[in-house]
Amino acid sequence: MFEVLKSSFHKLISDTGAKLMYQLGFSGFSLILIFKTVVELRYVFAKRKEIIKQMYVAGVKSILVCSIVALFGGMILSLQTGLQFKVYGQQEFVPTLIINIMNKELGPLLTAIILTAFSGAAMAAELGTMKVSEEIDALEMMSIDPVRFLVMPRIVAMSIMLPTLTIYTVILAVLGGAVVSFFQLGVTFETYFRQIVDSIYFKDMYVGLFKSFVFAVIIASISCSNGLLAKDGALGVGRATRVSVVSSYLMILIVGYFITAIFYGNII
Amino acid sequence: MIEFSNVSKGFESRKILKDVDFTIRDGEIFVIIGQSGAGKTTILRHIAGFYDPDNGDVVIDSVKMNGASNRIRKKLREKMGFLFQGGALLNWLNVRDNIGLPLVEHRLASKDEIARIVDEKLALLQLTDAADKMPSEISGGMKKRVGLARAIVRNPEIILYDEPTSGLDPVMSARIDELILRMKRELGVTSVVVTHDMNSAYRIADRIAMLYSGEMVQIGTPDEIRTSESGIVQQFISGNIHGPIKP
Repeated sequence: MFEVLKSSFHKLISDTGAKLMYQLGFSGFSLILIFKTVVELRYVFAKRKEIIKQMYVAGVKSILVCSIVALFGGMILSLQTGLQFKVYGQQEFVPTLIINIMNKELGPLLTAIILTAFSGAAMAAELGTMKVSEEIDALEMMSIDPVRFLVMPRIVAMSIMLPTLTIYTVILAVLGGAVVSFFQLGVTFETYFRQIVDSIYFKDMYVGLFKSFVFAVIIASISCSNGLLAKDGALGVGRATRVSVVSSYLMILIVGYFITAIFYGNII
Repeated sequence: MIEFSNVSKGFESRKILKDVDFTIRDGEIFVIIGQSGAGKTTILRHIAGFYDPDNGDVVIDSVKMNGASNRIRKKLREKMGFLFQGGALLNWLNVRDNIGLPLVEHRLASKDEIARIVDEKLALLQLTDAADKMPSEISGGMKKRVGLARAIVRNPEIILYDEPTSGLDPVMSARIDELILRMKRELGVTSVVVTHDMNSAYRIADRIAMLYSGEMVQIGTPDEIRTSESGIVQQFISGNIHGPIKP
C-alpha cells in the first residue's frame, strides 16, 4: 500500500515537473519567436504580398462573425443595463456605459476571442501541418528562414487586423445599443449619440487599441509556436490547434487584466 | 566528404543509431538500405543538420555539423539539396513557384533567368505540363519529382534522397535513377540515397550500406552486398521472411 502511494506520488511529481518544463520551454520558444519577428521586420516590405494575404485571412474572413457578435453584444449590453437603469429613470446613461465598456474591455476582448478561433486556430493548424509534412524542414534546407517566411507576416497581419476589427466591433456594438435604446428604453438617437460623443475619452481609445495590439501578438505568437512545435502527424496538429486556442484565451484574459490594472488601477 | 564518427542517437528511451561510423567520398553515390525504422532517415537528418548526435561527430567537408552555429549550418545547407519522402511542397504555391522558391527567396537570379532555370528543370523531370498546377492537383509520384526539381534547382554539391523511387512506376523510377547517375557524371554531385528499392540501389550505387537496428551491418559495392555472407544482408536483399531479421 505504501509502495503504491509512493510510486503514485513520484509519478505525480515527475509528470508535474515535465509539464512545467515543457511550459517553460514553450514560453521561451514563443518569446524568441516574437524577438526574431521584430528582427525580421526589416523585410516587411519584401513580404507585403504575404502580409496582405494573411490580413485577408485574419480580417476579411472573420468580418461576418465579428459583425454579428458586435451587434448583438451591443444590443444585449444595452438591454440588460438599460432595464436596470430604467427602474431609476437613468436610461440616458446607457450610451456612456456601452462606449466605456466597449472601448476599454469588451471591444478588444470580443474581437480577440473571435480572431483566436478564426485565425489563431488556422495558423496553428496550417503551420502544424507544414511541420509534420516536412515543409518547414524543406524551407530550412533551402536556407529560407521560417520566421521571415511564415511567422513574421502572420504576426504583422494580426497586429494590423485585430486593432482595426476592434474599432469596427466597437462601432457596431454602439449601433446595436442605439437600436435597443431607442425601441425598448425610449432614448432618442440624438440623446444617445450625444452621450456617446461626450463619453469618448482619448485614453480609453488608445488603451483599447494597445490592448488589441498586445492580444494580436499573443494570439499569433502562441498559434505559430504551437504549429512549429507540432509532432506526431494529424493527432499532433489537432493537439497544437486545441492548445493554441486555449492558451491564447487564457493569456488574453490574464494580460488583459494587467493592462487594465496598469492604466486604470494606479499601479504606475 | 561526409564523415560519421561513432554517431549515436536516441529519442527518449529508444536508441536509433548505435556507434555508426562511415565516410562518403566526394562524387560518390552512397545508398543506405535497411528496414523501416532502422535509422536511415535519421542519418540523412544528421547530415542535413536537423539532428545533433548524442555521441560522435558528423563532419561535412571538414566542418563539424553537430554543435555548429545557425550561420554555419545555413552555409553547409546551401551546398545541399534534400528530396523529402512526400516531396514537402508548399501547398499554396504552384509547381513552377515551388521549384523556383529558393532562387526567388535568395534573389539568386533575375526573373527571366529564374523562369529559364525552372523551365529547364521542369523539362528534365518531364513536368512541363504540370507547371501551373497546384500540389493538390498532382499525384504523389509527381510531387516527388517536383521535390527533386526543387532540390537540384540550386545545383547543390550534395543531394540527400529520402526514398526517391517509392510510389513511382518502374519507368519513372529508372528515369530518376538515371538522373541521379547523370548528376554524378556531369556535375560530380555526391548523393546519399535512402531506399528500400534494391533494383534502384544496384543500378545507382557506388557503395551500399546496410543498416539494421541502428547499426551498420555492412558497407560494400553492389557486388559485395549481393554476395554478402551476412545473414541479415542476405535476408533483406532477397526479401525472405525467414532469417535473423526480427519483425
